[in-house]
Amino acid sequence: MFYRLSGIKHTRYASSRALWPVTADRRIMQLLVALALLAPFFLSDLYLTSYMLPWLIWTAAALSLTLLMGMAGQLHFGFAAVLAIGAYTSIHLTRAGVPFEFALLGAGLMSAFIGVIFGAAALRVKGLYLVMATLAMQYLVEWVIINVPAISGGAQATLSTPDVTFLFMPLQSDASLYYMALLWTVVVTLLLLNIKRTSFGRALVAVRDKDFAAAVIGVDPVRYKLLAFFAASFLGGVTGAILAFCYYQAVTPEQFGFNVSIQLVAMVLVGGLGSVIGAYLGAGFVLLLPIVLTNVLAFLATYEWIPISFNLIAHIPLMVYGALIIGVLLYEPLGLAKIYDNLRKYFVVWPFRHTQS
Amino acid sequence: MDIQFLIELIINGALTGLMYSLVALGIVLIYKSSGVPNLAQGAMVMIAAYLIWMFAHLLGIPIVFAILLAIVGMFLFGMVTERLLLRKMVGQPIIMVVMLTLGLESLLRGLGPGLLGASPKSLDLGLDMMPIIVGDVFINREYLVGGIIGGLMVAGALLFFRTRIGTKLRAVSDDHVSSWSVGISVERAVAISWGLAGISAVAAGAMWGSVQGVDWTLTALLFPAVAVVILGGLDSIYGVFVAGLIVGILGSVIPGYVDPLVGGGTRDVVTSLIILLTIIFRPHGIFGREDIERV
Repeated sequence: MFYRLSGIKHTRYASSRALWPVTADRRIMQLLVALALLAPFFLSDLYLTSYMLPWLIWTAAALSLTLLMGMAGQLHFGFAAVLAIGAYTSIHLTRAGVPFEFALLGAGLMSAFIGVIFGAAALRVKGLYLVMATLAMQYLVEWVIINVPAISGGAQATLSTPDVTFLFMPLQSDASLYYMALLWTVVVTLLLLNIKRTSFGRALVAVRDKDFAAAVIGVDPVRYKLLAFFAASFLGGVTGAILAFCYYQAVTPEQFGFNVSIQLVAMVLVGGLGSVIGAYLGAGFVLLLPIVLTNVLAFLATYEWIPISFNLIAHIPLMVYGALIIGVLLYEPLGLAKIYDNLRKYFVVWPFRHTQS
Repeated sequence: MDIQFLIELIINGALTGLMYSLVALGIVLIYKSSGVPNLAQGAMVMIAAYLIWMFAHLLGIPIVFAILLAIVGMFLFGMVTERLLLRKMVGQPIIMVVMLTLGLESLLRGLGPGLLGASPKSLDLGLDMMPIIVGDVFINREYLVGGIIGGLMVAGALLFFRTRIGTKLRAVSDDHVSSWSVGISVERAVAISWGLAGISAVAAGAMWGSVQGVDWTLTALLFPAVAVVILGGLDSIYGVFVAGLIVGILGSVIPGYVDPLVGGGTRDVVTSLIILLTIIFRPHGIFGREDIERV
């Protein structure tokens, strides 16, 4: 009904391989893009900078991790370290006078090279051992950043980002920062949507499903695992730079700690492993829902409608976050993307529930 | 660089390592029976410490009975966790299981301090604070007791696997399907191993709570415990003992000499390097069983 399938007949390969063959999906995408572009005009500055902006940037980070975990099947519990490398590289490059555009590239490349070292060290193992290995590397990178004063500027130091321009647009106003983040997220999204349709993406999927089997059909698993680490870390590094310049504006090592890595993995898994729309949903879910619920509870508590201590309120985001992860994993292991998919399938044939679509 | 300093570092490191083994033992027990890497073990240790503190200091129960009550509580907690959460994850990819235990970790890390107060609490086990002096070497009495209990728990776990239930657990750890076929209830075996992990969490919570106070930082014990488990082999009880000693000694001796040079925090680096090097050179650890994978 809402997603009308009548009249969609593919007579050429190009049309059958379109990203959104159904008109309704295309319309929804157009609407979302228009809303995202117009957001600075109808959202207040508070919502724009403290909800939309972090949501977009963390989505880009979750998408980078999706490339690695969802498509190439390489588990990574140290992705915050990759973001950190990108953030610190970009800040030091711009401070040294490199234009922001090249600093972004430099941040991506730096992250990619160190990320490939991560991957190379973890080549022999997979699954649980890969989780532990990347977790150990997260601690190592964190320690190097904290204990080398040339990088972090001292143990307790924060490093503030200099003012920069991107393609002659000064990045100072809230709107310009928002558009910068939006641009990067759209680029990453388009990349991920299309990567499944390339030979590179199909090779990654083959390696994910079974690396021995991939080797049998002529896909070199070592090469594609390393390429996956390289590509995802590159995207992660640029995202880290964007995160530092557009959102934090002053970085400390704690912003890229172990918990952030876990949060990123949670975003990918809660959204749905390997799904692009899942990264958006997962990032929003993990990032925003605890904030919203805490605000509601704090609001109720200030009017003393429910008896609750402030110590408890301070810990509720953590509890909610944990409970939400558990809930989603138990209720729908395929993530929020699957829930959206179920809804969509329901409306495709609505109101004839028992028709096969 | 005198020899006394080194001996002191080695002894205290070894005792700390045995206390890491207490935390690691729970992870191994669960992994051995069900193949679930329980990354919430650190949080379970914290909850156990909070339980003991609550019984002993809030309700005023003598410490021995408080610990016994905590043992009962954590055994039930482990069984319930297995029944409600982990049993539904059977057959899911490993990453889902890992994430579920991490979600449980966050939940517990909010629950304990949220309900019972976040400020560090001292847990008094009635131990003498004076260090024992052997020759010229100072040994921390709490660490000594902790180390001994760590050793005893590992020995107890080894003996337990000789009993009737323990034999069933070993069968289950070998193969789920063939255990079913000879009439062993795999579900119950897995639930029991979760309960046992809860008990070892009580031992760890009591010792670590008395050493460094009861608050959320107890969950950070997960990291050295993971290093112990990886080095010793994920499904080996002997491994917990040996690797606990190695991780403890290296994590005490190397920072003892290197920390003054680089400005602190090397213990985490040593732990990370142990994990990393083990995984690169011998992924299944010293005593662990090597996985054979078929296409």
